[in-house]
Amino acid sequence: MILVWKDIQNFTFYLSSWIGDSMSIKITAPFNKELLKSLRAGDQVMISGVVFSARDAAHKRIHNALINGEELPISLKDITIYYMGPSPAGPGRVIGSAGPTTSGRMDSYTPALLDRGMVAMIGKGYRSPKVKESIKKNGAVYFGAVGGAGALLSKTISAAECIAYPDLGAEAIYRLELNDFPAFVIIDANGTDLYGETTCE
Amino acid sequence: MREIEVAVVTQNIKEMCIEANHFLSRDMIDCLHSAKETETNSLGRQVLEQLNQNLEIAGKEMIPICQDTGMAVVFVELGQEVRVVGGSLNEAINEGVRQGYREGYLRNSVVNDPLKRINTNDNTPAVIHYEITCSDKITMTLAPKGFGSENMSRLFMLKPSDGYKGVIDAVITAVREAGANACPPLVIGVGIGGTFEKCAYLSKKALTRPVNEMSAISHISQLEEELLAEINKLGIGAGGLGGKYTALKVNIETYPTHIAGLPVAVNIGCHVNRHVTRTL
Ligand code: SF4
Repeated sequence: MILVWKDIQNFTFYLSSWIGDSMSIKITAPFNKELLKSLRAGDQVMISGVVFSARDAAHKRIHNALINGEELPISLKDITIYYMGPSPAGPGRVIGSAGPTTSGRMDSYTPALLDRGMVAMIGKGYRSPKVKESIKKNGAVYFGAVGGAGALLSKTISAAECIAYPDLGAEAIYRLELNDFPAFVIIDANGTDLYGETTCE
Repeated sequence: MREIEVAVVTQNIKEMCIEANHFLSRDMIDCLHSAKETETNSLGRQVLEQLNQNLEIAGKEMIPICQDTGMAVVFVELGQEVRVVGGSLNEAINEGVRQGYREGYLRNSVVNDPLKRINTNDNTPAVIHYEITCSDKITMTLAPKGFGSENMSRLFMLKPSDGYKGVIDAVITAVREAGANACPPLVIGVGIGGTFEKCAYLSKKALTRPVNEMSAISHISQLEEELLAEINKLGIGAGGLGGKYTALKVNIETYPTHIAGLPVAVNIGCHVNRHVTRTL
């Protein structure tokens, strides 16, 4: 973590967020763009608050709805999408294993969602140059969670409610409540990519 | 002829599906643990720490290690002195997968038609490979395969003159492209030789060999070591966030090939390198 003094207005925020795990910045979704602007590629964060799961099939439906001018099942304004399709919840649990899926498969849909208000994404792996450009233009952030840590990550999810496309099963859209979900800033609002220029198209 | 009931096959496959998705083999656990202890890159180390915690939680609380509980790949070594009774062996294996994925709360990730893409809702069919052996036993290895890593796998039809260097370049190319997408630290299964399909099969089979075991062929075990060193120079690291553990192990299987060819298959395996073997 490097403190940038021009972000002085965020200083108190950093201070308060460093209580506990000194390496991680605690942030809460829905995010405002000022907060997102203060994050840098490489920062470790703990995400709390409300995010929505969606992966391949849900993206395809949202995309088709946008093309056809149909109403969307959720408002995209200020939302964070988590690219994730959980395993079924065992008895007494809110969700099963719940780690990120490969973000690159969503790349072709992403700029349209960012233009309509989505502010952040959580996934794993590389993003295309077009997505990076759109992230920069919209002041959004792409977070990476650890792929294959689905059991651990599921422990930070305190509520999961299917809110759209239930017929898609694991690929439906869920409203998720997170408590200190560990992630890394991969692409920040300036378009800086922790993975460098490597991309998947 | 020794008789084996299909119901026994189903019961075992069911248990193996649940076991494989919650517990890695001892060699994988030790390998991930020692990677955590020896990684010096701070982000890479954070990732490895999460992976070790993840394994602990998965086993203790019976939450699948990864939400992608994979497509079930089954290697069957069928002794020619065995008579399977009570039904079809194929169907018995698929029934085991069906029950295991349902009762183990595992994710159904299989679609019926690769283009129409309707979920079969029971994770069947499995991909089943048979080999006939001279015994009166059935040995089954179940290896659920996630597609984050499967999607990054490659097959190269090299020229014989490409030799060792060609093989190294092919593997490095596949690993570099896989990078963060395939959930490193990776286990790399490599097939060299045979025909197009045999080579791919070998690379998948290679992933089921313990990571603390080298090839028994000396120049191949040397190549395994050299490849691992080269891969870990890439600096992709755990989670793609940097460090020396892009891969944990390279396992190579070989087979005789044609005078005109040098097939090389690279099956990218993620750190959730799951496989369970049972002999009936
Ligand atoms: S590649 Fe492996 S660890 Fe990553 S999501 Fe798929 S199964 Fe899980």
